[in-house]
Amino acid sequence: MLSIPFVSETLENGLDVIVHEDRRCPIVAVNVWYHVGSKNEQVGRTGFAHLFEHLMFEGSVHHDRGYFHPLQEAGAALNGSTNADRTNYWEVVPVNALDLALWLESDRMGYLLPALTGAKFRNQRDVVLNERRQNYENRPYGLATMALVAALYPADHPYHWLTIGSADDLRASSLEEAQAFLARYYHPRNASLTLAGDVEAGRAMELARRYFGEIAPGPEVPPVMAAAPALAREARLRLDDQVELPRLYLAWHSPKLFAEGDAELDLVADLLGNGKTSRLYRALVYERRIATEVAASQNSRELSSFFQIVATAAPGHPLAELDAAVSEEIARLQASGPDEGEMERASAQAEAHFVQRLQTVGGFGGKSDQLNAYNVFLGAPGHFERDLARYRAATAASLERAAAAYLAPDARVALSVVPRGRADLALAGAEPATVS
Amino acid sequence: MSVDRSALPALGPDPTFRFPAIAKRTLASGMRVWTVEQRAVPLTTLLWLLPVGAAADPAGQPGLAALVGDLLDEGAGDRSALEVHETLSRLGARLDTDVGADATTLTLTVLSRNLDRALELLAELVCRPRFDAEEFERVRERRLHRLVQLRDLPPAVADRVFLELLYPGHPYGHLAVGTEASLRRFTVDDVRAFHRRAYAASRATLIVAGDGEQDQLAAAAARAFDGAALGAAADVVDAAAIPPPDPPGTRIALVDRPGAAQSELRIGRVATSRHSPDYHALLVLNMVVGGQFVSRVNLNLREEKGYTYGVRSSFDFRRGPGPFVLQMSVQTDVTRAAIEESLREIDAVRADRPVEPRELDIARAALIRGYPRSFETAPQIARACAQLALYELADDYFTQFVPRVQAVAAEDVTRAAHRYLSGDGLVTLVVGDRERTLADLERIGQGPVTQLSLPA
Repeated sequence: MLSIPFVSETLENGLDVIVHEDRRCPIVAVNVWYHVGSKNEQVGRTGFAHLFEHLMFEGSVHHDRGYFHPLQEAGAALNGSTNADRTNYWEVVPVNALDLALWLESDRMGYLLPALTGAKFRNQRDVVLNERRQNYENRPYGLATMALVAALYPADHPYHWLTIGSADDLRASSLEEAQAFLARYYHPRNASLTLAGDVEAGRAMELARRYFGEIAPGPEVPPVMAAAPALAREARLRLDDQVELPRLYLAWHSPKLFAEGDAELDLVADLLGNGKTSRLYRALVYERRIATEVAASQNSRELSSFFQIVATAAPGHPLAELDAAVSEEIARLQASGPDEGEMERASAQAEAHFVQRLQTVGGFGGKSDQLNAYNVFLGAPGHFERDLARYRAATAASLERAAAAYLAPDARVALSVVPRGRADLALAGAEPATVS
Repeated sequence: MSVDRSALPALGPDPTFRFPAIAKRTLASGMRVWTVEQRAVPLTTLLWLLPVGAAADPAGQPGLAALVGDLLDEGAGDRSALEVHETLSRLGARLDTDVGADATTLTLTVLSRNLDRALELLAELVCRPRFDAEEFERVRERRLHRLVQLRDLPPAVADRVFLELLYPGHPYGHLAVGTEASLRRFTVDDVRAFHRRAYAASRATLIVAGDGEQDQLAAAAARAFDGAALGAAADVVDAAAIPPPDPPGTRIALVDRPGAAQSELRIGRVATSRHSPDYHALLVLNMVVGGQFVSRVNLNLREEKGYTYGVRSSFDFRRGPGPFVLQMSVQTDVTRAAIEESLREIDAVRADRPVEPRELDIARAALIRGYPRSFETAPQIARACAQLALYELADDYFTQFVPRVQAVAAEDVTRAAHRYLSGDGLVTLVVGDRERTLADLERIGQGPVTQLSLPA
């Protein structure tokens, strides 16, 4: 049976603590989730959750120096990340450095505020602006997803902007806002701590209580609400970029994380766009050779998901040709569903995927990260088995139904990214997209 | 009991680390089979290693080894290209083919219950690829498109041009992906000939790491590969046998990318091989200079100055003398400052600011203490074994690693810095906006700026 066994406890200050024993390798993963992401930001102050993630590495009251130094010296790997829904931080440490990691994680959970100075704030804002230039502005197709979500979600919807935020908003943000953000979201009541690895569960729990139990609870964080977004008709957009080959992005609203139809659409994405046996690869890349690459994904999130297909044109093929071929494949799937061989492969791949998730205790996607994900999103750290069951329960008929229900040709965003001066390669009638 | 926050908690004694035992045998064909037990999850990793990579591309044919690697799964034995991939999916397997400078590796991680069928498929891929003319044309076209797209990616442009600057006329002077010109010239016969010459059983090692007893794993491997026909080894280009090139005449070069929001930088030189007696000292040196977040260059350029999202350096250890490279992407208006700071740091570690005792401790500790987590999963264990096979290291190498790093002294680091980071042959490359950077670059004191165009 595939599962991640665990024990859990909620401390008096509201911090959830989860422990998973895995004694194979003399390491322990420390993983903390704060239930805050870019969806908690305000219009005009986007990019804040991610900027704040950077500040978490700049020192807290009792260790007011770089967070990396003592941990790297102890042999740790560490990182953090922010997305629309949550922010996570992790260390993977040799067993003899577990106390050190807990000391530091608890210090920045409980005692960051007085150590948060204007100098640190300005320096990390510069680093983030550089990150934005490097990974978005200076990267081919780097602004496409920004344009896409801006079209999928209305201006006041929390998914209207990307985690990196707008450069103008970042420049306009202040230290006082960072301090207020900290007080509101970074405390035990809004966090979940998982320890996984070569440590006895009782001892791990005791250590968690000792280091984190003294931290003040913080205010309740009300859930973010947003009206379900809808597209009244197709939105057709064009982005001119420094690229050689045009690329088509298609996106639809889809069931949110763990909702009915979410797993089905994940499987539909695999079937359409994952690997050389997928339908879109076969049709567009292998047989017709009108695309150089194609991918599909169900981007599952707390408030609302979107299903996406991305196809890059082979030289000489306008995006309209790709769109017609993609639409044909979607229509075929909606009309007659997957065949037996496809379902057999999908089921084998899903099982392998879940088994692979059991290989490592730490890091992004490791067992500690998964326990926290299930806990933060569902309040059920042990959801692994039921998650797998969703995929096992999917049938050819349920995939066909999901494709028919959600991939409507007239309720999608179609974004054409084309080389500058080659608007003729975009879909007909595409309006220039604005990104900031 | 309240927490003492007046000082960081002390570390306990380091946990001991032992690399698992490797069982070795050689099949009648000469292919080596290594097995390691790793029973955590019902997965097994197969890694097939051929110590022939892009450096063995015949003269004038850059990209051939990678093209051959790419074609292995496009039809093999009785299976068409699509049937190969349908089989992989049904087995719950994932195939990665990697062609680097020194080696070609195929890695398959599979549900353990499907081990026999995965081995049988892997044997077909490496021994009986079809190389159909139609698939060849299709894959060549796909790779040409990929090359076109790489022109848009500043890091890819920088990597390519930098190797050309450092290694003119040397087998290490090109990327595995090759060039458009050479890709267009290839014929399917070139592919077949390269496979025949290079893919010899006597060169290859199959590593099986996973959920089974070593004898069973080895027997399964033998069953799948015993009947597999591979030719005898014929000569291929051996980069390790070719002396490194003379230091290049160019000290600073620029590839124009009009309007670029950032400059992509590479600073480095030809250094040394994986067999260097200074290997461990160089690992420590690199940690100090730019090999980790708390390295000198990253702390200076990212944390103090905010010029960049991050800087990293590395010695790319190969069978022959590989490069040392410092790389980063910086905002355009600080291009000159970032280069000057980097050159100053590289110079300082040799001269006026040699490694300090505290830095030495941190660097050694990061290498040693972080070691166990590199061996947690079956794919990690298999890749580690591949290092042993490729560089012909002793079985106890990983167990010996910790004491060897511990033995590195400050003098060793300084001596290594003198030998491998001297200004001789140090080259700086900028991929960025010429109009906004050229005048500044001329003033850095590295001589005239060689202006290069985007390579075809």
